[in-house]
Amino acid sequence: MARVLLFGRLSDVAGWRSRELDADSIAALTALLSDEDADLAEALARPGVQVALDQEIVRGDAALTARSEVAYLPPMSGG
Amino acid sequence: MISLTDQPFEPGALLTAFSQGRDETGAIATFTGLARAERGATTTLELEAYPGFTEAAIDKIAQEAKARFALDDFQIVHRVGAIAPGEPIVFVATAATHRRAAFEACDFLMDYLKSRAPFWKKETGPDGSRWIEPRDQDHADIARWESTKP
Repeated sequence: MARVLLFGRLSDVAGWRSRELDADSIAALTALLSDEDADLAEALARPGVQVALDQEIVRGDAALTARSEVAYLPPMSGG
Repeated sequence: MISLTDQPFEPGALLTAFSQGRDETGAIATFTGLARAERGATTTLELEAYPGFTEAAIDKIAQEAKARFALDDFQIVHRVGAIAPGEPIVFVATAATHRRAAFEACDFLMDYLKSRAPFWKKETGPDGSRWIEPRDQDHADIARWESTKP
């Protein structure tokens, strides 16, 4: 079970911030999330959404373990 | 030093503390960002961070700034949670031997914080809530540092 975190507008769209889900890769996890929620699918596909695996930004796919933490990060804005 | 806080802070007190005991620092520059009311359109600003990841990402860029501008020291304080108009959101202080480095490092750190630091910002007002994303100006601001990278 990977721990999945949503930030910013993504958590508003999905209605949750944190869940435990079974997936063996980031691509599989994104597909799983997208299949069950069309609005989240659209929000995840927008430009500028990044993915962090265990608090490191990853580009492309990566394998997940039971202890992985995957965070979906929409465009950032501080200050 | 980098800190995130869900409590209001007093920029003057931070500057006083930051300035203490520096007999080789010739220059300190600071920036304080405040939450705007947007003429009543915003009643609350909410800042979300990714605990651990956000601090680590800011520290990485702050260390880059420290090396690039030969800073003696820096301090970054950033609010998270609900913020009322008029309250400080962010405080950046930079200490260097001479003023140019202190000014430029402060400017650089703010440009980074506006569009690259892991924060998500939501404005709420009488017309509802909306998530804020970096403006074209914010992207142009940070691009200035890429083109002048030593």
